[in-house]
This record gives sequence, structure tokens and C-alpha cells, in this order.
Amino acid sequence: MTSLVIAEHDNASLKDATHKTVTAAAAISAPVHVLVAGENCAAVAEAAAKIAGVEKVLLADAAPYARQLAEPMEALILSVADGYDAILAPATTTGKNILPRVSAKLDTPQVSDVIKVIAPDTFEHPIYAGNAIETVQAPAGKKLVTVRTTAFKAAAEGGNAGIEKIAAAADAGASRLAGEELSQSARPELTSAKIVISGGRGLGSAENFKLLDKIADRLHAAVGASRAAVDAGYVPNDYQVGQTGKMVAPDLYIAVGISGAIQHLAGMKDSRVIVAINKDADAPIFQVADYGLAEDLFKVLPELDEELGKRGIG
Amino acid sequence: MKVLVPVKRVVDYNVKVRIKADQTGVDLANVKMSMNPFDEIAVEEAVRLKEKGKASEVVAVSIGPQQASETLRTALAMGADRGILVKTGGAAVEPLAVAKILKAIAEAEQPGFIITGKQAIDDDANQVGQMLAALLGWPQGTFAHTLELGDGNARITREIDGGLQTVEVKLPAVMTTDLRLNQPRYASLPNIMKAKKKPIEEKSAADYGVDITPRFKVLKVSEPPRRGGGVKLASVSELLDKLQADGVLS
Repeated sequence: MTSLVIAEHDNASLKDATHKTVTAAAAISAPVHVLVAGENCAAVAEAAAKIAGVEKVLLADAAPYARQLAEPMEALILSVADGYDAILAPATTTGKNILPRVSAKLDTPQVSDVIKVIAPDTFEHPIYAGNAIETVQAPAGKKLVTVRTTAFKAAAEGGNAGIEKIAAAADAGASRLAGEELSQSARPELTSAKIVISGGRGLGSAENFKLLDKIADRLHAAVGASRAAVDAGYVPNDYQVGQTGKMVAPDLYIAVGISGAIQHLAGMKDSRVIVAINKDADAPIFQVADYGLAEDLFKVLPELDEELGKRGIG
Repeated sequence: MKVLVPVKRVVDYNVKVRIKADQTGVDLANVKMSMNPFDEIAVEEAVRLKEKGKASEVVAVSIGPQQASETLRTALAMGADRGILVKTGGAAVEPLAVAKILKAIAEAEQPGFIITGKQAIDDDANQVGQMLAALLGWPQGTFAHTLELGDGNARITREIDGGLQTVEVKLPAVMTTDLRLNQPRYASLPNIMKAKKKPIEEKSAADYGVDITPRFKVLKVSEPPRRGGGVKLASVSELLDKLQADGVLS
């Protein structure tokens, strides 16, 4: 009884989403193996080998896996799938891109966005933008699962797994990477930051959005956005928090000028403490906020910056 | 080149769903239904390809109850040429079964490109496009932000967690749409009238030899944990006092 976790990484470092997926995997079927597929990614495999509960790391180090495109990854995962009772990937854009292909080829249905493992074949996952939680029992056979990483604790360090190199699988070469435009930021990643400050349409412009940067720097926070702010072009798409964007659950989420559409709430309502700053006292965001300031954000943000400074924060 | 566009009838995105008291599902009686917003973006993209002379025909497909024909009429009013309705009765059809039906339709219709939404806003599964591509043995471009359709290939820029990524895939291929691909049009009244005359072919899952019996057992559908009501504060310093007391600010 073994499960396989598809590692999330950028060839240089292993992402925390992997550790969280290992926790979910161990609850379904232990021990856990981790598949690290990439190019020049030996360091990632070594990091994966140190996760507690991981028995073995499979390392496929070859050019087709450099950016983990779905087609070669499908072939690779199928080439090792036989020995596993469960195959899991974090519900990141990479995991969501790859795992349904594997599911279809194995004729084994997939459960998306699992938030709780009730039994090795029974899972909770959100539907309808998180407004309902469905408990499903999967059929006998392999379990294919993507994991909502905010719902699981990261597996600890302390393992000492062996690393086994595996051969690349044949690939039809029907897809290739033609370019990348990745956001560069010195701030923590949105999905793993302890504090997130997000802006909405209320910010009014890309220029005004920078008001959040100052606060974010003081708090070592990540900066997020509502769909409205992304659609308006204030910030790039990878800032979007919500049903169809990123799911976040930091210790502190500060929503600035965000009205609180259900699609946005779906992405942040599991945060420990939520603060809403919005001049519209009737905005739905206040219904999920622990603390609200029903005031003009352009008045509040400079005050917040000053007050944080006075208290020696940041 | 023919473009196939699978569309789904779902609860309208403005509706806040209610859970049935017996926890067997979500109450869909008398609730406004609409085309899945991501599928609207897919229809729009396909119609634009036709307007640019890159597509010869746009075929919309919907799998669902009889009322899904209304969803197809919306696609036809936006500019699709004809529809295929695969009637499945009232029960939800799982993504893998949907992908199998679509595979059979693709084999019969021989499209050069398939565009569909990245996820339906009811089950939020985000599976069908990828499954369909795999079953057909085609490449995919998911979460599409921009599309450049060339001769025999497509360059698709994708919205990924770290930013944007462009892949080049050989045709035929499957693309799934993200929010920024386009702004779908509203159908004009004359086009809504014209759409009534466009053909919709009615089929069943059995016509395609696909078993749609659910493979998952839904044990219950429940409310998510509710957040306790919060408090409105009068000042920034009061807010920071609270946050420091809660231990979320160092």
C-alpha cells in the first residue's frame, strides 16, 4: 500500500505545496513516494528525500520535464502508476493541468481539491465556490486526488529516503514551451504567506495599488487582489485570490477596497483573522471579517502605515 | 476548420446556493440557471475565430437535461452554427463520463480545435478539458489567457500560479479558457431570433456507447463552517490593538 505524490518545484527548490500533499497522501495510503520530474533538479529530489514519511523519491531528470508540461508528465506518471494505490498532486495550476490526463488514461475518476481525508476512499471537497462541502466515496481501485494545500499541515522534515532515477517516458512532442513571464517579487508567495494584503476595485488604479506595497513590506506580507482589480489591469493575473484564482488561508488577511463577491470569499474565508477596509459599510466582505473599518481606504492606509511604524512593526 | 465548444448549464454565478435539509445535495429548484461563465468565454473565442476566417463552423455541445437546450440556444445566439444536445436526465454526470461522450462526438465531428471552460462553477472540478485531450491523445492549453491560432499549431498563453506561460501545441488540440481570454458578447435580439432556427441535434449517452452511471458515491453535502460575526472598529489604532492581542502581528 503506497501512494505517489507529484512534487511541485521550479527545478531549484521544492515547494511547500509538496509537503502538504504528502500529509494528505499519508492519510490515504502510507508509505509515500514522491515523483520529482524536471531538468537539473537533483537538489529538489534531495529536499524531497528529507520529508518525514517519504520512503522513496523517484527522480526523472530530463529536458521534456523542465516545465512539467501536461503531455510528457502524463506519459511519465503512467509509466510508474502500476505500483500505487493513490496518486496525488497539489491543486496548483501545475497539478490541475496534469492529473486529469492521468485519471482519464487510467479510467479512474479524480477527486479535485480535497480538504479532508475521512477514510482512504472517502474525501471532503468544496463545490459551488466553497458554499457546499461534498463528502464522496471513491470507487475501488486507485485514488486520484488533487489536494487543496491550505487545508493540510506541511509534513515535517526529518526523513532520509532513497532516490531512484527513472527513465524518461516516450513523448509524442505535440507540445513545447514557447515562453514564460513570471512575476518577480521579493515578497513571500501568496499561497504560503502568513499575512496577505489584497486590493480590489476600490484602489482605483495600478498606481494606487502600490499603496499596499508599503504596508506589505512592513508586515512581510504577500499582495493579492480581487478579480475586479485584475480585470481592470491594476495587477497581473497571478495576484488573483478566489474561486478560480488562488486559495489562501494566512493567519491574517487584510481586504482593502474589496466588496466581497462570493467568488472572492471562496479563496480567503479560511484565513484565521480577516480584516476588511471598505468605505461601503454594507459591503458583503464585512460579513466574513473579524474586524472591519468602514472608512475610506485612502485615509486608512497612510494611517496604518504610520501606526505600524510607531509600534515598531516593519 | 471546425471548432467544437462544449458548454454546461449551471447555477447562475450570482446565486448563493442552499444545501438541502437532508444533506443529499444543493437545492436547484426554482434557481436561475445560466451557461457556465468560462464556457461563454469559450463560445466567444470560437465565434471570433469564425469571424476572422480561421474557423469554418462552430458546433456547440451540451450534456445535461432537456433544459440544456436553452444553454445551446444561448451559444447559437452568440454565433455558433449548430448544437448537439446529449440528454442525460436530471442527475449530474461526472467529468470522466462527460469527457468520454465528448471524445465520441469529436471522433464523429472531426474538429480541428476544441475550446471549453477551464472549470464549471458548480462542481469546480477543472477536469473535463484535460481528460478529453488525454482520451483523444491530443495536446492541451489550459487556463488560456491569449490564443494565436496558426497553421497546424496554436500558441496559447496560460495563466499559471507564477504568472504567464506560453505553450505551442500541434493541432488538433484542446484549449480551456480562463477569465482574461475575452469579454463575451451579449446576444442581440435579432441573433436570438435567428438562433431559434439553427439546428440542435438530440442524442443520448447510449448513442455514444458511454455509461454515465456515477462512480462516486456522494455521502453528504453540507454547509461549510460559518465564520462568527465580526466587529466594526472606529480607528486604525484600535484595529492594531486587536491584531496584536490576537497574536497575528509581531
